Amino acid sequence: MTLPSTLPAAVAAATPARPTRRRRRREPLTRALVYVVLIISLVVTLVPFVWMFLGSVKTEQELLRRPPTWWPETFTWDNFAAWFGRLDIGTFFFNSVVVAVFTVLGTLLFCSMVGYALAKLEFPGKRVLFTLVLVTLMIPGVVTFIPLFVVVSKLGLVSTYPALILPFLAGPLGVFLMRQFIREIPDSLIEAARIDGASEARIFLGVVMPLCKPALATLSILTFLGSWNNFLWPLVVAQTEDMYTLPVALSLYSVGQNATNYGVLLAGSVLVITPVLLLFLALQRYFVQGIAVTGIK
Amino acid sequence: MTSRSLPVASGVRSGGHGPAAQRRRRALVAYVFALPFLVSFAVFMVYPLLSSLAMSFTDFRSTDIPNPFAVGFVGFEQYVALFQNPQFVRSLLNTFYFVGVGIPLTMAVALALALALNNGITRFRAAFRVGFYAPVVTSIVAVAVVWRFILQPDGLLNVVLGAFGITGPDWLNDPNWSMPAMIMLAVWRNMGTLMIIFLAGLQGIPGDVLEAASVDGAGAWNRFLRITLPMLRPTLLLGAVLLSVGFLQFFEEPFVMTKGGPLDSTLSISYFVFNQFGFGNYGVASAASYVLFVAIALLSIVQFRAFRTKD
Repeated sequence: MTLPSTLPAAVAAATPARPTRRRRRREPLTRALVYVVLIISLVVTLVPFVWMFLGSVKTEQELLRRPPTWWPETFTWDNFAAWFGRLDIGTFFFNSVVVAVFTVLGTLLFCSMVGYALAKLEFPGKRVLFTLVLVTLMIPGVVTFIPLFVVVSKLGLVSTYPALILPFLAGPLGVFLMRQFIREIPDSLIEAARIDGASEARIFLGVVMPLCKPALATLSILTFLGSWNNFLWPLVVAQTEDMYTLPVALSLYSVGQNATNYGVLLAGSVLVITPVLLLFLALQRYFVQGIAVTGIK
Repeated sequence: MTSRSLPVASGVRSGGHGPAAQRRRRALVAYVFALPFLVSFAVFMVYPLLSSLAMSFTDFRSTDIPNPFAVGFVGFEQYVALFQNPQFVRSLLNTFYFVGVGIPLTMAVALALALALNNGITRFRAAFRVGFYAPVVTSIVAVAVVWRFILQPDGLLNVVLGAFGITGPDWLNDPNWSMPAMIMLAVWRNMGTLMIIFLAGLQGIPGDVLEAASVDGAGAWNRFLRITLPMLRPTLLLGAVLLSVGFLQFFEEPFVMTKGGPLDSTLSISYFVFNQFGFGNYGVASAASYVLFVAIALLSIVQFRAFRTKD
């Protein structure tokens, strides 16, 4: 039988393994060609990022020059200074963090609880509930968008944190992920705890949750990312400036009467992207697992 | 709503009441675990879902919010009107264009990358993977700021094209080139996800099969065509369907880049819905969103088939 430590079979299977065909000999020329093509593709893929970082420290005149310059001629922090001066980035950043953190915590709690019920407990309506969850995975966001706005405005929640957090706690993806993962835990472990007289709450917190760490890590990252980058819903329900999240602020300063200059926008993009990019670099293993397991970003 | 306060211990302690009572208690425990999810699922998913279905059969407008039961029932009228609305038909065609070109392109790029990373090289594999995946994790709003510049008539892309003697178009303001620009952006943003899925699939192909074919004299192209591709079929199908569900909802790219223009050339179904929402035509918007839902549902049937063949 599987040991608890080797438990997360689905994740383990999806973890990028060492390639199996390493021993096969290849012509050096072919391999060099593959490297060249890959490096060119990588450069093309990353150019927008490089350009963004370099552009954020250029002056506005240099950004408007044609043809565009590559390396900044005059180095300036003015674009970042604008965000820390007149554009109140502290508030936007704080809002983004609060919304993302509470969305993650709520999602972890709700999804692991219902995931446990769906995976290991028996109750009438279980199959119906799971099918419903699967169906909602396919429902386009715009279908629920309007009634959701009506609900939120009737509850008087427009421009509040709950409006930005609550609708995202019941994500079907999280339920699916947790249910699939908890199913892999051997029943015998849970039965043993039950025979020892552990309460269901204890079994859940003391036996199931510790074994779910990889799934919880994956779910946290995917949820955090979704929340951090989410902008359509916040754009609609965060109607006062003190409730803007970073992407909302950035999109509102991109166009219209509040439009600010291009260098400032690039600096804003850097400020939005850098935290997730760092998070991704630090935790990329979990990103990869999450995608391979769920098939969804 | 914290799990700590769950009164669930009783289920085990009093086991002597017969199996029926015990089963009831077990079910109660399960419902307690499911409750937080059920409540938010009901309020923020099921109710909105049903209410937008209901709305799609009425002439509900934003001004009806204070008094929702005063709206008129119009049956399928709005659905019929939708298909006679040239702007909606245009958005349908645009979405199919985006899906029809974008998906094969994204898949081809992702598969090429996955193959190259899996078989073609031996070093720096992780670094390449991180690099190709980076666009996936970034905010579309931030990305749009950069891409709008890259796609300007005298922007980075056209400068590069110019170096090869090609005069690039005004990508975002030419109705013929705005959609290709959106597709380019979508490929860039989505190839990383598929690449990871394909890599996982490729690693599921046993090496000795390919080895045997190689010994039997099959060339690289033949091995790819006759072994890798057929064995990767479930993964490819999964990737295609996952991508379709996302691509059919195509919205963010035009929203941040072109506002659906020029001349509605990048107006998608989701964007049409969003615009109708903005105009306050909630009934029309709901009907259009259900048309999109049906399209995705048809594809999700394919998805379940794909999962089944995999088992």
